[in-house]
Amino acid sequence: MGIRFVLLVNKQGQTRLAQYYEYLTLDERRALEGEIVRKCLARTEHQCSFVEHRNYKVVYRRYASLFFLVGVDNDENELAILEFIHLLVETMDRHFGNVCELDIMFHLEKAHFMLEEMVMNGCIVETNKQNILTPIQLMDKTS
Amino acid sequence: MAALVDTLLQRSLDDLIKSLRSQPTLESSIISRSISEIRREIRSTNPLTKSTALQKLSYLSSLHFLDISWSSFHSLELLPSPSFTFKRLAYLSASLSFHPSSDLLLLATNQLRKDLSPSSPSPVISLALDFLSLTASPDLARDLTPEIHSLLSSPNPSIRTKATATALRIFTRYPDSVRVAFKRLVDNIDSSAAIGVFCELSASDPKPYLPLAPDFYRLLVGSKNNWILIKVLKIFARLAPLEPRLARRIVDPVCEHLRRSNAKSLVLECARTVALSLADYDEAVRLVVEKVGEFLASEDDANLRYLGLHVLSMLGPRHSWAVEMNKELVIKSLCDPDANIRREALLLIMEMLFESNVVDISILLVSFASKSMPNPEFCNDILEAVLSACGRNVYELVMDFDWYVGLLGQMSRNPHCAKGDEIERQLVDIGLRVKDVRPELVCIARDLLIDPTLLGNSSIHRILSAAAWVSGEYAEFSRNPLELLEALLQPRTNLLPTSVSAVYIQAVFKVLTFCFCSYFERLESGHMLSSLGNPIAGTGCQEESDASTVVFGKGDNAAVGNLNNTGAIGCKPDSLSGSVNLDEQFTHASVLRMLNLIETAMVPLSNWGVVEIQDRALSVLCLIHMLQRFQVWNRDEEGLRKDGRVSEFANLMAGVFNQELGPVSANSQKRVSVPDGLILKENLADLTAVIGEEVNVSVSASTSFFHRKHHNGETGEETKILTESTSLLSEHRKRHELYYLPAGKDEAQSNDYPPANDPQLPVSQCGASEDLVELDDQPLLSRHRKPTKPRPVVVKLDDVDVRENSAPESTVDLKDDLLSGAVCDVLLGNEDNKPTKTQKKSAKSQRRKKDRPTYVEPASASQLRESGNLVHVELGSSSSKISRHGHSKEKQSSSQGIEDNEDGSQKNLTNSQHHYRKHKHRQDRDALPNLLPQTPVIQDFLL
Repeated sequence: MGIRFVLLVNKQGQTRLAQYYEYLTLDERRALEGEIVRKCLARTEHQCSFVEHRNYKVVYRRYASLFFLVGVDNDENELAILEFIHLLVETMDRHFGNVCELDIMFHLEKAHFMLEEMVMNGCIVETNKQNILTPIQLMDKTS
Repeated sequence: MAALVDTLLQRSLDDLIKSLRSQPTLESSIISRSISEIRREIRSTNPLTKSTALQKLSYLSSLHFLDISWSSFHSLELLPSPSFTFKRLAYLSASLSFHPSSDLLLLATNQLRKDLSPSSPSPVISLALDFLSLTASPDLARDLTPEIHSLLSSPNPSIRTKATATALRIFTRYPDSVRVAFKRLVDNIDSSAAIGVFCELSASDPKPYLPLAPDFYRLLVGSKNNWILIKVLKIFARLAPLEPRLARRIVDPVCEHLRRSNAKSLVLECARTVALSLADYDEAVRLVVEKVGEFLASEDDANLRYLGLHVLSMLGPRHSWAVEMNKELVIKSLCDPDANIRREALLLIMEMLFESNVVDISILLVSFASKSMPNPEFCNDILEAVLSACGRNVYELVMDFDWYVGLLGQMSRNPHCAKGDEIERQLVDIGLRVKDVRPELVCIARDLLIDPTLLGNSSIHRILSAAAWVSGEYAEFSRNPLELLEALLQPRTNLLPTSVSAVYIQAVFKVLTFCFCSYFERLESGHMLSSLGNPIAGTGCQEESDASTVVFGKGDNAAVGNLNNTGAIGCKPDSLSGSVNLDEQFTHASVLRMLNLIETAMVPLSNWGVVEIQDRALSVLCLIHMLQRFQVWNRDEEGLRKDGRVSEFANLMAGVFNQELGPVSANSQKRVSVPDGLILKENLADLTAVIGEEVNVSVSASTSFFHRKHHNGETGEETKILTESTSLLSEHRKRHELYYLPAGKDEAQSNDYPPANDPQLPVSQCGASEDLVELDDQPLLSRHRKPTKPRPVVVKLDDVDVRENSAPESTVDLKDDLLSGAVCDVLLGNEDNKPTKTQKKSAKSQRRKKDRPTYVEPASASQLRESGNLVHVELGSSSSKISRHGHSKEKQSSSQGIEDNEDGSQKNLTNSQHHYRKHKHRQDRDALPNLLPQTPVIQDFLL
C-alpha cells in the first residue's frame, strides 16, 4: 500500500504524531515504534536515511529536534519519500510559521488533517501546498 | 446542571498537555486521572464536553499508547453533529479507535451515506472519505459503493481525488465494486491519486491492466509531474515483462527521462525500471550504469551511494560488467561508515560470485573480516555471506576443496567469529561428501585442535568439535596420530562443554583403534625390523616399555590416584611428537606410551558427573584394559606377532569403524518399504486402555537412573529393578502378543532396510553420476576460469539438496484473484467487439447494472427469492448484534433498529444483486481464459 505509516518523533524518542494506514494493535504499535525509533535515532548525519525493518523500509529525515519517519513498501522510491517528507515539513512550516514540536503537540488534529489531505490509504494524493492548506484555512476562518 | 458544571470545569486538551509537560515525572498518574475524568465527560449530552473528551482521548492514544477502543461508540454518537468541528473530531477519534472488523462500524453506515451524498458540503464529504479510506470493512465497502461511484465524477477536483483514493480501499475490500466504479476511475487516470491507485492495484497482479497501457504511455511521455511519472514507471516495470512489445515502446521515453531529468528520484525510478524490465536494451543499461556511477561517487550523500549500490545489485548477475566497472567504489563501500551501505555492498559482491572469482573474492573478504574490523557484527555478516555463498547448492561454486577447507580454518581463527555452528556443519558435511579433500581436512583439523589458545574461545567450540570428529573419523589420513592424540587429550580440553568433550573422547577412541590396528598390520607384514636399524631408538624404546609395564602393573589402583596426573600429560609427550614418518611412529614403545597416555587421561573422566562423558571414557578404558590382558605386551614385538589372539583382536577392532559414514538424505526414510503385515495407519486408541495399568510401573522402572558414583553400593538393587521391568515387559508381551512385531522375524526384516546412505543405492548413484556428467558437459563460460585441478566428486543424494532454495510457487490469494478478474471483465468485456455468447450476456448485464444500479433483472427472480431468504437470516443476526451493543443507550438503539430495517430492505436489493453478480462473475471468469488471448486490445498502440 505504498506508505504504511507516518511517524513524528522527537530527539528523546517520544512520539509526536502517528498515522497508520494499516491496522495495528496497540502492542504492535508500541513494539514497532520502539524498534524503529531506536534504530533511526542511533544513526548519524553521515549515514543514509533508509533503514530496513522487517519486511519494509523506513525512510527518515531529521528537522531540528523532530524526526520524520515514513514506513514504506520495499519497492517504494526512497528519494520520492524524502521529497514527500520535505513537502510535509514545508506545508506545516507555511501554516504554523517555522513549525516546531510544540505546534504539532498542541495542534495534533490539524497536523492529522494536513496529512489526510496529502496521503490517503497509503497513496500520495495531493502535492500542491496551496491545495493542501486551503481546507484548513477555510476551517480556521469559520471557527 | 451537572452537565453545565462539567462543561465549565472541564480541562481542555491544552490544559492536559501543559500539565503533562510541566510534571514529566508524574506522567502516568496524570494520565490515569484524566482518563477517569474523560470517562465521565464522554457520557455528557453536551456535544462540547463530549468532543473535548474525545479530543483528549485521541491525543493520549496517539502519543501515549492508550487503548481507546472502548470509546468508539461515543465517537459514533458525535458523528451526526451539525457542527463541522465536532464532526471532524468524531471522525478523527473514530479512525483512531476503530478496529476494521468491529461490528460497530456498521452503525456508521447511514451517517456515512448521508455525509457522502453530493448535497453535503465538500469538507464533510472529504472527512467521510478520509474515514472510509482508512477503515472500510467489506460490508461498509459493499453498502457505500454507489456513493463512491457518484463521487468519482464530482465536479470538485479535491473530492474526486479523495474518492479515487477511497476507491482503492473499496475495491480491495469488496472486489465486485470494480464492476460499478472502475470505469470512472479510468476516467480520472490523469490525477496523481488515480495513478497511485493503479500502481497499488497492479502490484499484486499486473495483467488485467495491460489494456490501459496507451493511457499510461500518454502520461509517461506527456506528464510534467514527477510523482505521477514515478508511479507510471512502476506500473510499466510490472507490465513490460508481460508484453515484450511494450518494453520496446517505452525504452525511448525512459532513456529520455534518464538523460533529461534533474530530479534524482525520477532518475532512480527510471534506473530501477530499466534494471527490472528493460535489461535487454543495452543502450538503456549503459545509461543507467553511467548514472549509477555518479550516484556511487557522490561523497557527501550517503543516500545516493546506498541507492546506487541497490540499483547495481538489481542489474547484478545479468550485467556483471556493470559491477566490474564500479568495482573499486563497491569495494570501498565495504569500509563505509554506514552499516547499511556496507551491508548493501556485501550483498552486491556476494551476488557477483562465480566459479571463476569465488576464490579471490572469498579470500579478500575473509582477510578483510579478520583485519580491519572495528565491529564484530559486520565481520560476522561477511563470514556468514561467504559461508552461505560457498555452501549454496552443495558447494556448487567451490572447485578446489583443499582451498575451501583452508578458508574455513582461517575463518575459525577470526577472533570475532560467531559462526561456529555453520562452520562446524560444513566441515563435517564436506568430510562426508568429498572424499578427495579428507587428507587436507584432517590437516586443517589438526592445526585447529593443536592450538591451545583456541580452546579458550567459547564461540568456536563447535568448530573444534567438528575438527575432533573429522580427525577421529579420518584418522588414517593423519600424518601424526600420536600428536593428534596429545592434542585431543591436552589439559585445556577441560574448558570444553560436555557435548564437545564427548566428541573428543570418541575421537580418541577412533584414533586409538586406528593406531593399534596399523601397528599390527605393520608387525604382520614384517616391517618391524626397520626400527632395529636405529639402535638409539631401540634402547629408548626398551626403557620406556619398562616404565609402562610398571604403570600397567598398577592396574586399577591408578584409577584412584591419577586425578593429579592429568596436568602432567601436556608436558610429557613432546618427545613423541617429534617423529613424522608414519611407519616409524608405531614402535612398540610409542604404542605403549600412547596407551598409557590415554589411560591416564581417561581415568578421571570415567568418574565425570555427566553420563555422556562417563560412558565414552569407560569404553575407551575398557578397550585399553582388554589390550592390557595380553601379557605378551611385556615381552617383545616378536611375541606379540606370534600370538594369534592379538591379531584376531586387531582384525576385530579394525572392523568396528571401517564402515564409512555418509550424508543422510532427507528422503531416506521414505525409501524404506513397509514390511508385509505391518499396518501403520491402524487406530491404536484401544491400546491405551489395555496398557493403562502397566504404564505407571514401567515408567518408574525406566526412569530409575543411577549415577555412576553411587553405582557400586546399589548394583544389586538396580539389577533387581531391571529384571522386574523386563519381566513385566515379557508378561505384557505374552498377554498382548498381537500388538507386538513377531520376535523371530525382527532381525531378518531389519536387513531389508537399506542403509540411509548406501552408496550402492540406485538413486544416489545416478544422482552423483548425473552431476558429474553435468559438470563435464557444461562448457565453461568465458568468465569461468579453467580450474587447475579437476573438481572432486561431491556426493549429492538426490535433488532435495539442490531444491532447497528454489523459490516457492507464487500463490495469488483469492481476493486478488477476484479483484483482477473483475478488472479484466470491466476492461476487456466492454471493448470486445465480437463477444461470445456468455461474454455478450455479461457485458450486457454490466451495462444494465451501471445504468440502473438498483434494478434487478426479472430473469433472476428465482435467485432473488433464494437470496431473499438469506437476507432475512442475515438481517436477524445483524439486528441482534445491534441490540447487544446498544444496551447502554436504549433509545438510540431502537431508533437505529428502525433505520436498520429500512436499510435492510435496501440491503435486500443490493444483496440479491450482489448474489446475482457473484454468480455472473463466476461465469465470466470461466470464460476469461478464452477471452484474453482473443482480445489484443493494445495491439494497435504497440505496432
